[in-house]
Amino acid sequence: MSNNLTMFEKIWQKHIVAEPKDQPEILYIDLHLVHEVTSPQAFESLRLNNRKVRRPELTIATVDHNITTDDTRTEVIKDEIARKQVETIRENCKSNDITLFDVWDKEQGIVHVIGPEQGYTQPGMTIVCGDSHTSTHGAFGALAFGIGTSEVEHVLATQTLRQRKPKTMKVEFKGTLSKGVTAKDMVLKLIGQIGTAGGTGYVMEYTGEAIRNLNMEGRMTICNMSIEGGARAGMIAPDQTTFEWMNGRNKVPKGSEWDKAILEWEKLRTDKDAKFDSYVEVDCDDLEPFVSWGTNPSQVLPVSAKIPSPEDFEISLDSQSCANALEYMGLKPGTRIEDIHLDRVFIGSCTNARITDLRNAAKIIEGKKVNSNVRAQVMPGSTLTKIQAEKEGLDEIFKSSGFEWRESGCSMCLGMNPDIIAPGERCASTSNRNFEGRQGKGGRTHLVSPEMAAAAAIEGHFVDVRNW
Amino acid sequence: MEKFIEHTGLVAPLDRVNVDTDQIIPKQFLKRIERTGFGKFAFYDWRYLEDGVPNPEFILNDPKFNGASILVTGPNFGSGSSREHAPWALSEYGFKVIISTSFADIFRNNCMQNGIVTVVLSSKEMDKLMTNAMRIPNYKLSVNLETQSLSDNLDFSAEFEFDPFRKDSILKGLDDIGITLQHEEEISKYESKN
Ligand code: SF4
Repeated sequence: MSNNLTMFEKIWQKHIVAEPKDQPEILYIDLHLVHEVTSPQAFESLRLNNRKVRRPELTIATVDHNITTDDTRTEVIKDEIARKQVETIRENCKSNDITLFDVWDKEQGIVHVIGPEQGYTQPGMTIVCGDSHTSTHGAFGALAFGIGTSEVEHVLATQTLRQRKPKTMKVEFKGTLSKGVTAKDMVLKLIGQIGTAGGTGYVMEYTGEAIRNLNMEGRMTICNMSIEGGARAGMIAPDQTTFEWMNGRNKVPKGSEWDKAILEWEKLRTDKDAKFDSYVEVDCDDLEPFVSWGTNPSQVLPVSAKIPSPEDFEISLDSQSCANALEYMGLKPGTRIEDIHLDRVFIGSCTNARITDLRNAAKIIEGKKVNSNVRAQVMPGSTLTKIQAEKEGLDEIFKSSGFEWRESGCSMCLGMNPDIIAPGERCASTSNRNFEGRQGKGGRTHLVSPEMAAAAAIEGHFVDVRNW
Repeated sequence: MEKFIEHTGLVAPLDRVNVDTDQIIPKQFLKRIERTGFGKFAFYDWRYLEDGVPNPEFILNDPKFNGASILVTGPNFGSGSSREHAPWALSEYGFKVIISTSFADIFRNNCMQNGIVTVVLSSKEMDKLMTNAMRIPNYKLSVNLETQSLSDNLDFSAEFEFDPFRKDSILKGLDDIGITLQHEEEISKYESKN
């Protein structure tokens, strides 16, 4: 093997099953994650075509999008169509011998939280799921990306996927973060810089001092939002931080196998002379906490800034997009971000609901009370995360501050279950998408870090958490 | 998958950038377990007012564009969620061709899987098409996948690029799985080695 390959290229090459002439490569898939929303039509079509799931043991499923996060969750779902969808995944997993982490299992959780948590996600793997935030798993040095339902069916039937080789982009985060500034702010700044289509056609590799200094949860936050910059996948080379985080988890190799695995994983790192197709640099030295003000994740600003005006944009499409966003968001140009008042706070989702996210938010609110105009909620990323947080007493901190402490699931990240915000309500959210209607029709979403969301819950408006 | 070789149809303009899949088909309609039944919910939040009455301001509700089968729209169309429900909804609504200056990756892949032809043109060509679609009544385009070209019967014509493998599948209406399973032996060989 030549010694000028990127990590992406090493993983890609190792997984090529066939390269038929003039056709996309056939790539082997090591792990296929499945959830209730994007899989039923795939299983149905398999059945109609008399095909079987090729490698059920490489497939794991959970329910996360539709389920409720209150204490009725193990009961029959009231919404008839949602109930049918959840029942369908149960039947499909049963009849195809696929492991399902159901609503009453402690391993249940948001699909991109439970994969790493249980050690299914490992460096060097190819991982897919019918879900665009599959990019999360790239934090471990895996090639992980979202696919559509027809492709889900393709993977179920063949354990492979047809893909043209994407281009590579190196994203270097330089410098060190100041206190109160997080991985979320790094990735929001990046998306603000390159735009929501800046990464289209690329796999990103995140590098640099600021990345090396992040813990695994922070790295997952960054890789999670790769798709928000248009990239299907984002990756970070595995290192000591990765191995320490993984060690001892349920599905990782044990004993001498573990030592052998580490030696292999260390070889994944991008070679010194490897070339990327594109390069982007993000300076983190003076990075402030970021807040989104618009209706796509590139419409972001540092907390000290003011809401822009459509005239601030040179390109007419951006200016139009700003005008549409301000109208939808009910914001006036020139308003200070810190003067934006909130009705709701949501700490949750596959971006920012892991244990360290909850710990960091709890530190901010400890001993304080949620502002009386705000309804604040925490939905842990997985049931195991919830159990761990309760062991540490975080639930008590949240509850005594006035936060609702709920069960795990996607919940208000996309509001497919009953957790939605009302038209016109404004929500500080730790999730990844601020699209129109994402958290409920007419709802207004501001994307922030857990620390920023927590502080905003207390004050009732955004504040610079660095001064907290 | 239905074959697509050539299609002539009415053009509807949706002059917006970054139309994400949450707009194309909002989440409350993702609970169905079938591939059908999504067309009536396409662009739901833009298309209908609070009480379910069609929003007269939304361009696709303009009777002029009734029966449109070709959509021209702004850059980065289909960004966001990977939901294939988006192409299912567009297809059932009646769109066979979508023309833009750029598409989000997963969305474009999903369209390919469903025989929807996504055409990428230059911004200059797009501007012209957008203007024509808004100004000229009953504006129609003919799109030919075989020759990778499109034209109206006035003075507009253009050519576009298309992945040869995808082109072949769509022209013949083939699904990927069948083609991949021709490589069953290689898959098994890979599995026994790893
Ligand atoms: S938490 Fe949100 S972004 Fe993550 S998988 Fe669930 S719905 Fe998708």
